Amino acid sequence: MAENHSPLAQFEIKRIVELNIGGLDASFTNASLFMMLSVITIGIFLLIGMRKHSMVPGRWQSMVELSYVFIANLLRDTVGNEGKPYFPFIFSIFMFVLLGNLWGMIPYSFTFTSHFIVTFSLAMLVFLGVTIIAIAKHKLRFFSFFMPPGVPMIMAPLLVPIEIISYLSRPISLSVRLFANMLAGHTLLKVFAGFVISLGIMAGWLPLAFIIALTGLEIVIAFLQAFVFTILTCLYLNDALHLH
Amino acid sequence: MNNASKDPHDINDLGSRLRLIRMEKENDKLSQNFNKNASTNALSLAFRVGIELVSALMIGLGIGWLLDSWLTTRPWLMIVFTIFGGAAGILNVYRQAAGFGYTVGYINPNNSDPSAKPRSKVDKSKE
Repeated sequence: MAENHSPLAQFEIKRIVELNIGGLDASFTNASLFMMLSVITIGIFLLIGMRKHSMVPGRWQSMVELSYVFIANLLRDTVGNEGKPYFPFIFSIFMFVLLGNLWGMIPYSFTFTSHFIVTFSLAMLVFLGVTIIAIAKHKLRFFSFFMPPGVPMIMAPLLVPIEIISYLSRPISLSVRLFANMLAGHTLLKVFAGFVISLGIMAGWLPLAFIIALTGLEIVIAFLQAFVFTILTCLYLNDALHLH
Repeated sequence: MNNASKDPHDINDLGSRLRLIRMEKENDKLSQNFNKNASTNALSLAFRVGIELVSALMIGLGIGWLLDSWLTTRPWLMIVFTIFGGAAGILNVYRQAAGFGYTVGYINPNNSDPSAKPRSKVDKSKE
């Protein structure tokens, strides 16, 4: 089998424009390309969708308003009114992850959310931001977060490290969930696509039908994982704003 | 609807009554959403549980390893923190299962305003 037919070849980073800034490899890669495409798509979707500002929205404007209201409701339900200042950030995260997942569904494209470093950077951004918000809002009381209420002091040396580890594991689980879902789904698609060819015209229809079903499932997962990423961000923000 | 028919002429009260009804509706919708997500499928639940367990274990291992190389007490702190990591993983899974949501924190996701209700009440409704 040729090397570029491997199920994992689709995740390879390819440099499109070589760029070196101060010894750092800052090349414009296919990952950068698809991130830019996502951002541009979001921009077009939101700006042109809202161009008319009509009282009775058309189809496109309805979609824009739907996505806005969806995240606004999510934020209000999970965080409450204190979450309002963070709406732009939450909305951006949701749209960016969603469009990244959806761009990846187009054959021959590249899924940047299937790279751990991308999802981990996003998760660390959320994690550090939320921690800074919590410390800024609650000052030293933030550290009472690691001591659940109603626990006897004698349990503290055991419980506090466990709570701290539990807190620190958040960005890992947040990023691994998104990355693993995308990676597994796309690999599975490619593996079954390989079966279509190797089984030929006689039995190849079976995996082909499976791929079609799987593509539908993958699109659902693209939405679901963007939603999960967003709702977890909201819940962490809620923890940061309200502690316990 | 019931609230509105009580005293239809009291216009001063209308705003607060409306807000109350809207809040109730929102809460119902929210808890439905969470229940729906919780029972989507067992595979995704298992997947989430696995990730929680492993990520906490890895963090514990990493902290232990770093502390060991700093304090030159290899391998004792690594062993202790691996156990802590495993415990933290189980704690994460327990919270996830008890809250039927995605949360790792303390707050029940069904409760949109934690300051409004006392915590004990929330715990009871969960059981």
